Amino acid sequence: MNDLLFLMPALPFAGFVILALTGRRLSKMTVALVGTGSVGISALLAVGAAIEFIVRPPQNHAFPQTLWSWIQVSGYSQTVSFMLDPLSLVMVLVVTVVGFLIHLYSTEFMLEDEGYSRFFAYMNLFVGSMLTLVLADNLLLLYLGWEGVGLCSYLLIGFWYRDPVNGRAARKAFVVTRTGDTAMALGLFLLFTNFGTFNIQALMEAASKQWPAGSGTAAFAAALLLGGALGKSAQLPLQVWLPDAMAGPTPVSALIHAATMVTAGVYLIARTHVLFELAPMVQSAVAIIGAATLLVAGFSAIAQRDIKRVLAYSTISQIGYMFLALGVGAWSAAMFHFMTHAFFKALLFLGAGVVILAQHEEHDMFKMGGLRKKLPAVFWTFLIGAASLSALPLVTAGFYSKDLILWKTWSSASGGSLLWAAGLLGAFITSIYTFRMVFVTFFGESKMELSHRPGARMLVPLAILAFLSIAGGFVETPGTIGNITLFSNFLRPVFNEQTAEGAGTELLLQVTASIVSLAGIFAAYYFFLRKPQTAGNLVQRAPIAAIQRFWFMGFGFDWLYERLFINPFLWIARINKNDFIDSGYTGIAALNRGLHAVLSKTQTGNIRWYAMGIALGAVLFLGIVLLL
Amino acid sequence: MILLWLIVIPLLGGLAAWLLDRKKSEATRWISLAALSVDAILLILFWPAAPSPFATSHGAWLIELNTSWIPQLGISLHLAVDGLSLTLIALTLFLGIVSVLCSWTEIRERVGFFHLNLLWILSGILGVFMALDLFLFYFFWELMLVPMYFLINIWGHENRVYASYKFFIFTQAGGLLMLLSIIGLYFIHGRETGVYTFDYALLLGTALSSKAAFWIMLGFLIAFIVKLPVVPFHPWLPDAHTEAPTAGSVVLAGLLLKTGAYGLLRFVLPLFPAAAASIGPVMLVLAVIGIIYGAVLAFAQTDLKRLVAYTSVSHMGFVLLGVFAMTAPSLSGAVMQMVAHGISTGALFIIVGMLQERMHTRNMDRMGGLWSSAPRLAGAGLVFALASLGLPGFGNFVAEFLVLVGSFPAHRIITAAAATGLVLAAIYSLWIVQRAFHGAAKGGTTLRDLTARETGMMAILIIAILWLGLYPHSVIKTTEPALKSISSFLSPQVEAGSGGGK
Repeated sequence: MNDLLFLMPALPFAGFVILALTGRRLSKMTVALVGTGSVGISALLAVGAAIEFIVRPPQNHAFPQTLWSWIQVSGYSQTVSFMLDPLSLVMVLVVTVVGFLIHLYSTEFMLEDEGYSRFFAYMNLFVGSMLTLVLADNLLLLYLGWEGVGLCSYLLIGFWYRDPVNGRAARKAFVVTRTGDTAMALGLFLLFTNFGTFNIQALMEAASKQWPAGSGTAAFAAALLLGGALGKSAQLPLQVWLPDAMAGPTPVSALIHAATMVTAGVYLIARTHVLFELAPMVQSAVAIIGAATLLVAGFSAIAQRDIKRVLAYSTISQIGYMFLALGVGAWSAAMFHFMTHAFFKALLFLGAGVVILAQHEEHDMFKMGGLRKKLPAVFWTFLIGAASLSALPLVTAGFYSKDLILWKTWSSASGGSLLWAAGLLGAFITSIYTFRMVFVTFFGESKMELSHRPGARMLVPLAILAFLSIAGGFVETPGTIGNITLFSNFLRPVFNEQTAEGAGTELLLQVTASIVSLAGIFAAYYFFLRKPQTAGNLVQRAPIAAIQRFWFMGFGFDWLYERLFINPFLWIARINKNDFIDSGYTGIAALNRGLHAVLSKTQTGNIRWYAMGIALGAVLFLGIVLLL
Repeated sequence: MILLWLIVIPLLGGLAAWLLDRKKSEATRWISLAALSVDAILLILFWPAAPSPFATSHGAWLIELNTSWIPQLGISLHLAVDGLSLTLIALTLFLGIVSVLCSWTEIRERVGFFHLNLLWILSGILGVFMALDLFLFYFFWELMLVPMYFLINIWGHENRVYASYKFFIFTQAGGLLMLLSIIGLYFIHGRETGVYTFDYALLLGTALSSKAAFWIMLGFLIAFIVKLPVVPFHPWLPDAHTEAPTAGSVVLAGLLLKTGAYGLLRFVLPLFPAAAASIGPVMLVLAVIGIIYGAVLAFAQTDLKRLVAYTSVSHMGFVLLGVFAMTAPSLSGAVMQMVAHGISTGALFIIVGMLQERMHTRNMDRMGGLWSSAPRLAGAGLVFALASLGLPGFGNFVAEFLVLVGSFPAHRIITAAAATGLVLAAIYSLWIVQRAFHGAAKGGTTLRDLTARETGMMAILIIAILWLGLYPHSVIKTTEPALKSISSFLSPQVEAGSGGGK
């Protein structure tokens, strides 16, 4: 099964090629079959590989596969090669399984769209690129996948290309992430310059041998890689593109902008964690950025009215948790939260997609309501997703992964109570905005008739993801509850982490976190279901209204960047549209024409002028001769 | 002899096309296509016969033709190719065939004379890539200039006369400086050794005082960087590219600019290694300025063709950076960029040409929404816009990557500044896609999608650019020995600069 590794990305790529070349001539049925089938077979291969990996672990817990020689320059050779290890296996499983479910869902969601085959072509290209990214055994191939998923993100955000707003959101996403990518590329150059290879394992080994902990070069390299991760994973200060990315079709938001691509930054840092361990300053920065991002995005989510924007800010905030975990060295906790988040956030997005489709393409939650009765299956699955996101104690996957992060933040040497408090506050906010969304959308009175009822192809993925949003958490439970360590054991060959001690504190923190989570849900219930007038009156007051506006516009980052970067760039482009260097040359030409015009004026045909010219010339000439 | 045939066949083909025009204008297209195809077949037949892996020590060439021409003045008919020339010759014939194809319906007046000019330009370019006698080199340098002037002047767009003058004056001024330098080198070498010759191989080791070397180098350098072009010598380019007919733009961007880069590699570095190294820092800074300045200007344009023209200024900045960083990866990257840019920008000009043929405008304000009516055209446009922004998987990425990775060890700040070009390229490339292909359809007119001929042309170009991106090895392997022999002249600098890979 492992020998078929290359097929995992190759199949979606093949699907893309088939759909891109012949898609317009195929029936929708065939398109759906090719698009979903290719990802489905990849998912089966991934599951098979996982089983084989667990039953018969390969040597060193890594299975390499080399395909062909890519770039060869003066003794250095870069191959296109993959490596399957526990970390990439977790990623591959999530990408293919969640990807398959979302493809299945899309076959119905996009049914009425004229760009049906184009949609599946792009989605397949995305899955292929994402698998290349996570399977790459070297940073160069990883970069290829990295840019590839960025391209697909661009294409799918701007999928409905007729509206320039979508195009703008798509370009914003691409350019902002590319800014980070460029930093990352420089990081690759720096690593290559020092070690002469892009192979990740070789790089990490060489780095830990040659660079002492705290080395300046290591910090520089880690910081540059971090730049790429910040852009891709929409963390401060490069988070601005993700809320606008919601312009794409909802399955795209679920797959690319929630479950998989936006967590590529988390994967990159986890993959190069050796380097980050050598740069404690940068690693602390990761934790601080994570904590700040989870709060900023959480507060922004509370103020949104568009259901997809709530989820978008929530995604930024949850990835903030993953960064917090990475920053305190809780590598497997970050990956655990990545996995559970992929399940429940994909579920929430897909649920939101059904709601939007059922409510005449309306995105504003406050124009919806009462959907609990009309879409019961969607309501219950959405509720499970929301509970998982709010880390409802004991029963949800989100509880176990978030709890692990909070505990590690508290107990880790590089963590501390301040970061933990930020995480805890974030958990409170998360519960509020999540259940605000649930109460406003599904409770209260109905305001619109249903325009579309979901069929089996939409409901089955919801059901499976709901199951995973609960069951997915029981692969790793804390010492106080069951002490299951399947997940971290599986990843141990990659991360080699220590387990923290102190069960008494752990229990205390868990109870605190549980209370906070429930309190948030209650607050949401009180303000948005029980006494919505109270919340309404509160927002009427000037200072609170101002804060709400500030949160609504995502803390004003867009406003700031527009003035700092966009407007100056446009200004320079506009004033220099005609290329001032060119005017230098046209100036020479104009000067020549001018001189020509002046001199030709002297040719008057008037004999007296000529005589005087000769006389003056003679005098001048004689004068010069005599004086010198 | 094969080298001479490669040059002569297009010359004869052009004449035949011109003469046949009086009888049947359609035949001229087929004649031109046939002439270039014969050339291409000759090249392909030769290719496997070349010694693998194109290893040529300094002074030895893959094929060489050396007969005396005007012995009294030391002028010889000296043609030779190494892997570098071979790659560029292949590019020339490839784009030559493409430019005949893309003129198939666009050019309807004086068809024979058009093809005469087109084929003669190609002959001149082939000659430039082969000539190893400086006098002969200068001859070919001029041979490609004059027909190009006619091409712009006769078949160009609205402002063609201005553009053709500007093109001619800029390149001719550069060429004149080069001529002075050639003559200077000729006399200095003659005075010192008693052998008056224009032969490249003999002139290579000329002992020059550093002052003389600097001034003579400067003459060559200016001719080549005007052609490349390097900011601030670029203003001829946007006008010439915009006003030229499609085939002219393809040849200009795809090939003529490359003769400048080729000149730097073939003449400036080996003949004047010390002088070139001394002016290196200036060139690196100009390269970065070109990358950024060209990209910002490209973004500002509303004329799609002018936009694409300015992107060339930006992309050629990477070539200059690669050449003057003088490391093995950066030189390979510069050559990759020459080939990849030839294909991607050539393709973009063809796409603009197809749009103009259909819409009779190049103004992006009047485009938009083409995706719905012409999906194949828009799809091709998207692919080459992405290639142009350096997306991995396309040849341009490999090129820019190698240039940057090669220049990084010794010039970190320069490299970081050049890397911002990657962001700017994304901005202008996606802007093209937005303005031309996305958005709402304007005016409600539906556009004819690509015909079979156009689809085939685009398919070949797309395969080529993907091939370069996924298997660049084919180009790198071919050119590497040649680049090694070039950098052997620079050995002290290269040793110092090649920190990578150790």
